[in-house]
Amino acid sequence: MIKRRLLIAIALLPLSLPWGVALAQEGGEIEVQRAQTDITDMESLQRGARDFMNYCSGCHSIAYLRYNRMAEDLKIPEKELTANLMFTSQKPFDAILSAMPAEAADWFGKQPPDLSLMAREKGVDYIYSFLKGFYVDNTRPWGVNNVYLPSAAMPDVVASVQGLQKPVFKSEKDAGGSDHMVLVGVDALTKGSLAPQEYDGFARDIANFLDYAGEPVKAKRQSLGVFVTLFLLVGFVFAYLLKKEYWKDVH
Amino acid sequence: MAAAPESTGSNGLIGWIDKRFPLTALWRSQVSEYYAPKNFNFWYYFGSLALLILVNQLVTGIFLTMNYKPSSAEAFASIEYIMRDVNWGWLIRYMHSTGASAFFIVIYLHMFRALLYGSHRKPRELLWIFGCLIFLTLMAEGFMGYVLPWGNMSFWGAQVITSLFGSLPVVGGTLVDWIRGDYVIADATLNRFFALHVAAIPLALIFLVVAHLMALHEVGSNNPDGIEIHEHNDSKGHPLDGIPFHPYYTVKDLVGVMGFLVIFAGVIFFAPTFGGLFLESPNFSPANPLQTPPHIAPVWYFTPFYAMLRAVPSFAGTQVWGVLVMGASIVVLFFVPWLDRSPVKSIRYRGPIYKVMLAIFVVSFVILGICGLKPPAGIYPMLAKICTVLYFAFFLLMPWYTRIDRVKPVPERVTGHD
Repeated sequence: MIKRRLLIAIALLPLSLPWGVALAQEGGEIEVQRAQTDITDMESLQRGARDFMNYCSGCHSIAYLRYNRMAEDLKIPEKELTANLMFTSQKPFDAILSAMPAEAADWFGKQPPDLSLMAREKGVDYIYSFLKGFYVDNTRPWGVNNVYLPSAAMPDVVASVQGLQKPVFKSEKDAGGSDHMVLVGVDALTKGSLAPQEYDGFARDIANFLDYAGEPVKAKRQSLGVFVTLFLLVGFVFAYLLKKEYWKDVH
Repeated sequence: MAAAPESTGSNGLIGWIDKRFPLTALWRSQVSEYYAPKNFNFWYYFGSLALLILVNQLVTGIFLTMNYKPSSAEAFASIEYIMRDVNWGWLIRYMHSTGASAFFIVIYLHMFRALLYGSHRKPRELLWIFGCLIFLTLMAEGFMGYVLPWGNMSFWGAQVITSLFGSLPVVGGTLVDWIRGDYVIADATLNRFFALHVAAIPLALIFLVVAHLMALHEVGSNNPDGIEIHEHNDSKGHPLDGIPFHPYYTVKDLVGVMGFLVIFAGVIFFAPTFGGLFLESPNFSPANPLQTPPHIAPVWYFTPFYAMLRAVPSFAGTQVWGVLVMGASIVVLFFVPWLDRSPVKSIRYRGPIYKVMLAIFVVSFVILGICGLKPPAGIYPMLAKICTVLYFAFFLLMPWYTRIDRVKPVPERVTGHD
């Protein structure tokens, strides 16, 4: 798995085209796109789990989530889990840890971050946008950069499904009156195995899955909350009636 | 408090206890025959709610300590363990984290009530002072509790707040090292904050709350009319405008409790982070001494004071003035009973000046809260400066404007009830 991804990344290097070096750092300020995920959409979460395991888990861990907890919450049979979603020699009760050895930090310049709480820290919209934000940039070691994480150390692992993207610049006058190029977005460069709309779904499913991984109890919490709040509202009415009754003789 | 030892005269269990412990006498003097004014309104729910939240924090806190690990290597992961692997751990943790914010909301409203109806005035000065001490203790409790999850905002928030002590002349540097137990916020700091958060400060809080209630029951409650009900008693010596706390106010407070719980549960189940205000998003990333968050802000309940700290420019080469102003903003609260020179207590009978000043005070306090959340750029630094002046103007000009303010005649007896 890892080898394959490394090969993809290395294959991308010569593709890097001489895009303007005047890459403005303002890249990070481009507004994120709305992911519109739904934590109760079980099929989306299952697809997200599958895609995460196939495209992300080689490098990124979800150290605070166990395989079997995920399988139980997402209604994935254990056989299915061990056969199709677990690529390491771990047991189902183990945490979802990437297969990358500790010294792998050297490969990318930094250790790929654990994604357990990425959705809680940065939000689903950020993850969704990030997955759609890769663009070819020959100044970066892997030949790609990301709109939403300037100077990203991560190779474009979704290039095979999304296709490559090129940056779109706009000429702007800076305070000194001289022109300079500002990154405003990305445009398709090559085709991937998924159509653009299908790829949006792919990114949305992964963002949704990471939202689940950030707080596995989230969907249950919200559905339980409806009953608790209703129960307390009924209690409030009874308390109010009780007070009325007791206070009848206060004049 | 001076209840004569009474007995039910029963030979049952209660009688047996009463001969050895003043159970019935205490119940009568403090609850069933403690007379409270009958005209309490909405603002009088927050005292009992504060007590409810204190119990909530104590109980959920005890359960959290069963799985929390107070070590810089394990703290962050142990919180996630509670959130994911401990049965109902997520609920207990959210009850505790939401309870912290709820505590401050309720306490701020409770204090505002005192300013509305003059509840700090003679003979309730000591009651007010105990209340201020509770507020101060609660701030220490909240600050140290916020460090325990050992997220990146916990770390940097603690780094910033403890470094404030460093601006004090001569002793500053030594003092900061003494507080932290290290040259930076570290494992030693986390350990001592844990000890203080779960043992020392809660003990002080409970002691102060008991003192607050004892003082309250000694002088009796104030009310929205700001008049003393004990000046008009019936033949048995009970105030004509008073009703026994139990059952009247126990059932009434129950309504307040249920109403509060609906909102409390709403936040816990549907918005536990409250848009990043109750649980800040940078705190979902573990403490990292090498990575400063882009913008360090304390939790929302400290931001008015934090804004005042930042509003004061450095002068004569030191930042200590901001720290002093922030300290003064709390200390000034203790003097309110003596700063207020109005002949009346309640806002109902006060003149327009006090009403306007109180409104300005509330608005500037809220604006300071917003300024403290925002990076110090744009209009915020100027707004914070103006509102700091207004905050202090409310207190420091009080002896003057309360004296010249027009007042209305105060009725002999309380006016109606809910």
